[in-house]
Amino acid sequence: MNAAIDRAGALNGRLNAFTQIFDSPGAPRPGPLSGMPVAIKENICTRRGLSTAGSRILEGYRSPFDATAVARLLDAGAVVIGKTNLDEFGMGSSTEHSPHGPTRNPWDLDRVPGGSSGGSASAVAAGIVPVALGSDTGGSIRQPAALCGLVGLKPTYGRVSRYGLIAYASSLDVIGPISRTVTEAARVLQVIAGPDEHDSTCSKRPVPDLLTSLESPVENLRIGLVRSMLSGANHPAVNQAIEASAARLADAGATIVDVDLLDPDIAIATYYIVAPAEASSNLARFDGVRYGRRAAIPNDASLDDLYRASRTEGFGPEVRRRIMLGTHVLSSGYYDAYYLRALKARRLIRNDFDRAFDTHALHALLMPVTPGPAFRIGEKDKDPLALYLEDVYTVGVSLAGLPAIAMPAGMTEGNKPLPIGVQLVARPFDEPTLLRVARTLERLSPPMNFPA
Amino acid sequence: MDHGALEREQVQRLARLCRLDAPDHELDDLAARLAAVLGYVARLDALNLDGVLEMPHVGDETNVLGEDRPGPQLDRQTLLDLSPQIFDCFVRVPKVLGEGGGA
Repeated sequence: MNAAIDRAGALNGRLNAFTQIFDSPGAPRPGPLSGMPVAIKENICTRRGLSTAGSRILEGYRSPFDATAVARLLDAGAVVIGKTNLDEFGMGSSTEHSPHGPTRNPWDLDRVPGGSSGGSASAVAAGIVPVALGSDTGGSIRQPAALCGLVGLKPTYGRVSRYGLIAYASSLDVIGPISRTVTEAARVLQVIAGPDEHDSTCSKRPVPDLLTSLESPVENLRIGLVRSMLSGANHPAVNQAIEASAARLADAGATIVDVDLLDPDIAIATYYIVAPAEASSNLARFDGVRYGRRAAIPNDASLDDLYRASRTEGFGPEVRRRIMLGTHVLSSGYYDAYYLRALKARRLIRNDFDRAFDTHALHALLMPVTPGPAFRIGEKDKDPLALYLEDVYTVGVSLAGLPAIAMPAGMTEGNKPLPIGVQLVARPFDEPTLLRVARTLERLSPPMNFPA
Repeated sequence: MDHGALEREQVQRLARLCRLDAPDHELDDLAARLAAVLGYVARLDALNLDGVLEMPHVGDETNVLGEDRPGPQLDRQTLLDLSPQIFDCFVRVPKVLGEGGGA
């Protein structure tokens, strides 16, 4: 644990993965994770330190309570060694959009770690902590995990309580672990999952044992390979990683079936209506009055002036744009054309996944996480859509609420190779099967040689 | 409907609705960026969505009435301490009534 804190201190100047490192963490409690050092994304509330969601509008905010996921980790004996950087409120795929500056990818310091849970991914890839908590709204656990050569588990919507997660899009947000191994991800999910009276959207289903079935064979399992996503627009290493993973699972005895899903552009279009709409509503609570940062205003200014000044100073440009976009699609005259249409498209997307699973009697789907490896810091800053398209293979799963896991599955070629991930997706609440397939793939894939 | 294109006045009106300031020199860039996204999402127009039910959330949880019982809660001082400006045991805000009460 002290080793983790020392390593965080030694490496953070280069990586900027942590926004805060806690010293003197205290004695761990006994429990299944006793003594495990963990890092927590800064949009997840902890009583210790700051919980700003990477936004100036929450500057100095200290949560008076622990998020349920954090409280359960602490009860299980884990020790929180710090909070990690993110794109403001989780809105981004690069961890460049934070008042703390960009986080760097340990595989290549000129490149992004992905996002929005980029600080958590960078910390795990650098060997500082074995596990960090992230949150995933449209890919924010899976994409950084893929770009850093890690396992990133997005549980089924409602499997983990959102209590204490600073809301971005409430119908999509999920907390989950980023780790180096499937087993560690399973151990952490086992602890943080399950009903919570503080979150009425958290499922009341009991959590099955995720660990004993982990090593079971996958002989009788049927895996759908989403061939339509092996597009020429992907980096060739992405398509190779998918083919290689399919071959490994077939070697292990699984049956691989080609399946098609709706064009992923539909999911992106739906997501960039639904998520900003929910964000515009969730972020209305930040007013400069009750918590966070309050703008300095003249004595004769009105309450409305205070709201506008505090929000304009407090939110970064991308957050302001998403609030405006969300407000637009919800406003009178546009609501039916945008928001209602998107909610219907969301149903089509979920039905499409259900159809694929049912028609082919599948246990899991195999598909890309991202179209390519980690990109350079600043590379996708100019074109707003370029960054949105980074989520092309992850947002559909989020809209459908399904559990998914990003797994390291290969490397790019060249003198500075970068990790490539693949994504496995399962039926709702079937994390046991998802993790079992992931563990099999992990066993058969070449190990990641993490940078020292 | 004309997807995408936004007039400067529309952007200003939107900003007001969002309780945000949109200074003049940012309006064109904002309008262009919003239009790019709105142009992209317009591809949903090509979908046949007749008879498809909206899906605002995916959860299978339903609303239930909880038992009305007191539980642990944060005390007043803890909550007041979160506020950037307090006066005695009140959160301080600008005048909301009469002149200057723009809210």
